Amino acid sequence: MEQAIKIQNVIKKYGKKTVLNNVSMDIPKGCIYGIIGPSGAGKTTLVKLMVGAEKADGGCAEVLGRKMPNLKALQNIGYMSQSDALYADLTGGENLAFFALLFKMARSRQKERIAYCAGVVDLHNEMKKRVSAYSGGMKRRLALAAALIQDPEILILDEPTVGIDPELRAGIWRELKRLKDEEGKTIIITTHVMDEAEKCDYLAMIREGVLIESGSPDELVKQYGVDRLEDVFLKAGRDRK
Amino acid sequence: MRVSAIIRRILQQMRRDRRTMALIFIAPLFVLSLMYFIFNGEDINPKLGVVNVDKEIVTALKDADITVTKLTKADNNAIIEKNLDGMLVQKDDKFTLTLTNTDPNLSKGLEIRVKENISLEMIGELIDTLSRGRVDFEDKELDMDVKYIYGDEDTTSFDTFSPALIGFFVFFFVFLISGIGLLRERMTGTMEKLMSTPVNRWEVVAGYLIGYGIIAMVQTTVTVLFAIKVLDIVLVGSIWNVLIICTMSAIVALSLGILLSAFATSEFQMIQFIPIVIIPQAFFCGLFPLEGMANWLQAIAKIMPMYYSADALKAIMYKGVGLGDVKKDMLVLAGFAVVFIVLNVAALKRYRKL
Repeated sequence: MEQAIKIQNVIKKYGKKTVLNNVSMDIPKGCIYGIIGPSGAGKTTLVKLMVGAEKADGGCAEVLGRKMPNLKALQNIGYMSQSDALYADLTGGENLAFFALLFKMARSRQKERIAYCAGVVDLHNEMKKRVSAYSGGMKRRLALAAALIQDPEILILDEPTVGIDPELRAGIWRELKRLKDEEGKTIIITTHVMDEAEKCDYLAMIREGVLIESGSPDELVKQYGVDRLEDVFLKAGRDRK
Repeated sequence: MRVSAIIRRILQQMRRDRRTMALIFIAPLFVLSLMYFIFNGEDINPKLGVVNVDKEIVTALKDADITVTKLTKADNNAIIEKNLDGMLVQKDDKFTLTLTNTDPNLSKGLEIRVKENISLEMIGELIDTLSRGRVDFEDKELDMDVKYIYGDEDTTSFDTFSPALIGFFVFFFVFLISGIGLLRERMTGTMEKLMSTPVNRWEVVAGYLIGYGIIAMVQTTVTVLFAIKVLDIVLVGSIWNVLIICTMSAIVALSLGILLSAFATSEFQMIQFIPIVIIPQAFFCGLFPLEGMANWLQAIAKIMPMYYSADALKAIMYKGVGLGDVKKDMLVLAGFAVVFIVLNVAALKRYRKL
């Protein structure tokens, strides 16, 4: 299978603290790849290395065969950070149009993409409203739409479902699955919620900057001889100590 | 295209933010008008109590716009009770002047006027004695024309420092708006999002400079026109030159504000830069005379952008020189801008190493 993202022996330090210690992972194209781990494990740092916001102190990150940071690769990455990263004074539509322009999208295609992305997150009736009037969940959905705007091959979502109600969360997961199945997108998602981890095709478990286990959820459960994915995580963590 | 997208977005945001709009456009006019009225107040006559002072001298003091109150005895309490600015006591030929000194400027002025009038009276007396029975001294009025190189006899101190004031407001408000604007972008995560798109770092800086630059230019024009047309501040040189210098200092303020916002993690921390960056510049922009300052202080003045914009603005507005005569100031301002802009492009590496 073709690689979407390749992480090789990455080391990242902030001052004296090692946040990522010799992490390697291969993310194949066309799958949902979950990065799970407790808060502070280094998930966000790993994701930032993928979008080129951070530079590794050792090893390297490649996206679609290009060593990051790379501007051409960014054209094909839709990034949704933990914060909503929206302009509150602008309307939902203006936000999407702004990001579309940053990807040098032609005007006709812009309209089409904005309509499509707004539909995906069920916000097409709210496009004329200012973001400051949006609810928390609406902002999260708009941020997801903004990550989709340039129709990227790869979606990198940092905890996309935090603060979203269960119904909407299910809706977003349905949409992510559809994007993978119908449009062949590669989706990298970080989470610390176990039932979301189960929905991923592949999982990488990170703890204190170290990759402790990876594989498909079923494989992992079998390998550890437990009933639930949660137990795999607990056991794998204990084994290391 | 990306640059224009950023510019359009900044203008759109600004238009929606009514309060910030009011701060940029109305606040400078408000403060400038306030300063105008404060500095153009009427001179008040100092109040002097006199004890046992010759009639001629009292008359002379009255002619010199001093409100004279006759006191019966030399008593410091009387000065305070009657709310006087000073008391002059004469014992034979010896004078004692007691000053209240709540306002040093008023005291100095009063002292000079009293001394002046007493000496004049004494000289007059001397001449009288000398001339008695001898040569006829004609009563000669002092014959002297006073001419001015800059301004005229109606020039007030406000006229001389208002150019610096205009430059200061442009600098201050642009610094604040751009700094906080960018800070907000860093805090809400939109900067990170922006840098996760294929935009170049220089495009971001250019977008910001031009976007906020347009706002700064409108603000500058409004402030300058208001100062000249409504407040009637002296403008000898060309208004276009004033606008050019103001725009240059706005660009310096803009790039400095954006740069410093990188070192602040909250709006409050951005405000903390005001006493460090803005207030010292106010001291060196010509509101206080530089010549009297210690050499090391004058050296500090030379590293402040405001010093150069105030110098150029005063030269244009008050002395009426052209741009050629303020070339040096303009070059230094341009230098500041270039340095800050380059540093800005470098500072964005925090968000993307490319």
